[in-house]
Amino acid sequence: MSEGQIKKFMYVNRKAPHGTIYALESLEVVLIAAAFDQDVSLAFMDDGVYQLKKGCNTKGIEVKNFQPTYRALDDYDINKLYVEKEALEARGLTEEDMCVPVEVLTRAEIGKLMETQDIVLSF
Amino acid sequence: MAIELNGKTYETDEEGYLSDISEWNEDVAKVLAEQENVNMTEQHWEVINFLREYYNEFQIAPAVRVLTKAIGKKLGPEKGNSQYLYELFPYGPGKQACKIAGLPKPTGCI
Amino acid sequence: MLHIVNKSPLDRPALDTCLATAQPGGAILLIEDGVYAATTGNSAAGKLTQAMGQMKVYALKPDLEARGIADRVLEGVNLVDYGGFVDLVTEHATCQSWL
Repeated sequence: MSEGQIKKFMYVNRKAPHGTIYALESLEVVLIAAAFDQDVSLAFMDDGVYQLKKGCNTKGIEVKNFQPTYRALDDYDINKLYVEKEALEARGLTEEDMCVPVEVLTRAEIGKLMETQDIVLSF
Repeated sequence: MAIELNGKTYETDEEGYLSDISEWNEDVAKVLAEQENVNMTEQHWEVINFLREYYNEFQIAPAVRVLTKAIGKKLGPEKGNSQYLYELFPYGPGKQACKIAGLPKPTGCI
Repeated sequence: MLHIVNKSPLDRPALDTCLATAQPGGAILLIEDGVYAATTGNSAAGKLTQAMGQMKVYALKPDLEARGIADRVLEGVNLVDYGGFVDLVTEHATCQSWL
């Protein structure tokens, strides 16, 4: 990769984990793009917060359980994970339900962070 | 493609990666290593076993940079560097070691 | 009749339309992302509980487990496996999937 300035990338995840392919696709793009050493953050909004709900066991639906992979993000130097406060509340979830360390922010706070990005990727 | 070994057929993809990770065993690993012209030593197995443990825990084959760092943490800095890993797996620790370990091609391996 | 909902109540209006349409005596089966409605604390929990007075509510257990929410199912929701899913479809003359 040629030298270039570091850009701020935000991945915005808004879908539940297994009903659609968005969550897995996003995670794979995040891991692939991590090779480029950019300033990466992940925002989980709306049903996207369900991606991090602890305790997923996909044996019964016979699909790959990609939840453990969120715990590898730290190895990829991706440790800015923001979770929408209002989304947690509407779903009866708390920060303790998340499978990795996160920072809980309001929609408005996430919106402000979004404004500071060079690139926003929507999933 | 497929590997025939001890009366059992192991399916692989067009690049030679095992199709079903659960079919992996040391014997098929040796065949995969031969195909890669890698002469397996204790040091090689150490990396292979590390990769398999990493996959079991995180369900992902790590990128080389991540593998290097993680090996350094677990096995010491003299092993956690790309020179050491490339000496063991000249065509790339990501691609070759993952293949021998029966893992899919690493995510982030471009 | 049997109503099947496979969308999250907070993502699509499928459950709302289903609840407004379904007649007393019917049955509702929640599958895939639809199962989120059957969890405590979800903002759809109230209307689902209310519907239970007039119809039976089922949720597919493997889908709850896959989403890590099998331990917080609303009281009154009947859990079924894939065999139970098939039984429900055969027990009812008609079936509407709120896709």
